[in-house]
Amino acid sequence: MSQVKFDSEQGRVDRASAGVEINPFDLNALEAAVQLKEESGGIVIAVSMGPQAAESALRDALSRGADDAVLLTDKAFAGSDTLATSYTLAAAINKIGDFDLIVCGEKTVDGDTGQVGPELAEHLGLPHVSYVSAIKEAGGKLLVTYEIDGERYTVESAFPLLITVTKDINTPRLPAFSDKMKARKAEIDSWTAADLAPPADPDRFGVQGSPTRVYRVTVPTEEGRKGEIFRGVVDEAVVIIANALDGGEIPV
Amino acid sequence: MNEYKGVMVFAEQKEGRIHAVSFELLGKGREMADRLGVDVTAVLPGNGIHGEAEELIYYGADKVYVYDHPVLADLDMPNYKNNIVNLVKEVKPEILLLGATRLGRTLAPRVAVALDTGLTADCIGLDVDEDGSLVQIRPAFTGNILAQIKTWTRPQMATVRYRVMQAGKRDTGRKGEVIEKDVEPVPSLLTIVNKEKLEDIDIAGADVIISGGRGLKKAGDFDILAELAELLGGVVGSSRPLVDEGWISREHQVGFSGNTVKPKFYIACGISGSPQHLAGMRNADVIVAINTDPSASIFQVADYGIIGDLYEAVPKLSDEIRRRRTK
Repeated sequence: MSQVKFDSEQGRVDRASAGVEINPFDLNALEAAVQLKEESGGIVIAVSMGPQAAESALRDALSRGADDAVLLTDKAFAGSDTLATSYTLAAAINKIGDFDLIVCGEKTVDGDTGQVGPELAEHLGLPHVSYVSAIKEAGGKLLVTYEIDGERYTVESAFPLLITVTKDINTPRLPAFSDKMKARKAEIDSWTAADLAPPADPDRFGVQGSPTRVYRVTVPTEEGRKGEIFRGVVDEAVVIIANALDGGEIPV
Repeated sequence: MNEYKGVMVFAEQKEGRIHAVSFELLGKGREMADRLGVDVTAVLPGNGIHGEAEELIYYGADKVYVYDHPVLADLDMPNYKNNIVNLVKEVKPEILLLGATRLGRTLAPRVAVALDTGLTADCIGLDVDEDGSLVQIRPAFTGNILAQIKTWTRPQMATVRYRVMQAGKRDTGRKGEVIEKDVEPVPSLLTIVNKEKLEDIDIAGADVIISGGRGLKKAGDFDILAELAELLGGVVGSSRPLVDEGWISREHQVGFSGNTVKPKFYIACGISGSPQHLAGMRNADVIVAINTDPSASIFQVADYGIIGDLYEAVPKLSDEIRRRRTK
């Protein structure tokens, strides 16, 4: 994660430079979808927006239990913020058409916004639940458990709906070698802007559809820490820390 | 775009109490509004909440719009969203701020899309530039970079991390206007079938955190840290591996996939300092690290580092503090 390019001309972070693999939080989302399929039937479609190289992430998703995969890739999608990303994903999901449940990871490790899931739900006019730690299908409805600010709720929802899941929901499986081999040969659908618009509005893709812009990136300077390190003199260190507490240098 | 004026703050409540992050947002909102020469408004949805509206004025709001209705007791998306979206369309603020709590981060994206505007997540800095635009500063890539972001639609929306902004001084002499708004409930799409309180620990709001990591030998040894935490009026934290082992509940977890904290005093005991852990605690005011491994990265962010055994150092520190207090 340390090698990230910032495109100062376009004012955006070049995500392609960070490598293309499944975001760790999305592995839990995929696992939740595959487990639900194994219990209740149905199929799982993995959808990703990214450069052509993101195809390898989708192959990984196929090897971990997804039945089908769609890659949204086009220069027109580049530079999308969360509003344009969620709009583009919504356009793709509308094109897929029939679905019961959309599962998203809590956030990405790079952008860390956690916004795309709920924004996607709003574009599609779906109910959504964030920070989901357990799901269970019962009688054609979904029981969803989530934790929010000191409370644990369980809610019941009709389908279709969208959830974003935390790492607590499951432990993602490792793909079997044979499934990896099969996924390597699978056909991955690639959709471009022209496949989505119309009916989608192409002005809402990519940079021109993104109302937020990163215009400067800085590397945070380490604040001036004292950096007093004690080795083999625990008693002395304890006295100095206790003094700092008494003297107000440690403000508690 | 010029018709949008003023700063609006979403006031978050739970069981009729306003979350402290809302007062912090008012502090920052007030400061920016004074520079822009505009008003600060607050929107307060809840149940049995109107008695709290004055508090928002004491902390800097000029106007408080109260939505008091049983349907707003818990976060109910259609009802929260509709009222906020309608109010924004009526008041037309140029800036709309929400706390980056789980509730704020669930609600804000839906409001942003409904308003067709940009949203910046989890800001740790806000400023207005010479054109009056909002400058939003947030960490990305696990805190390895800080991005400065501007929004070219209105309102400019951001969620803001708890304990980063300063609340203003509570001034009971401040005057403002409280406006009660009618709530017309819409059907909720989700039915709550169960609600339970999680362990009552507010690690994100704690002033002192004593955290344990892989250097602990067994779950029961968190007691050693709890003793020191109690002396200092703090709470016990944990790095992720011990939470995954089930030694302590998730509410105690500090780090990228747990809680981001900014206490006055943080003691890392037997924590090596993975980038994910550092991303969650590196902004603490004072950091003490205790670790047997001198090459542990936690020492790079420490004010005081003890290369040694936590089983020796932590009890000794507790004893020393206790000894001084009884003198």
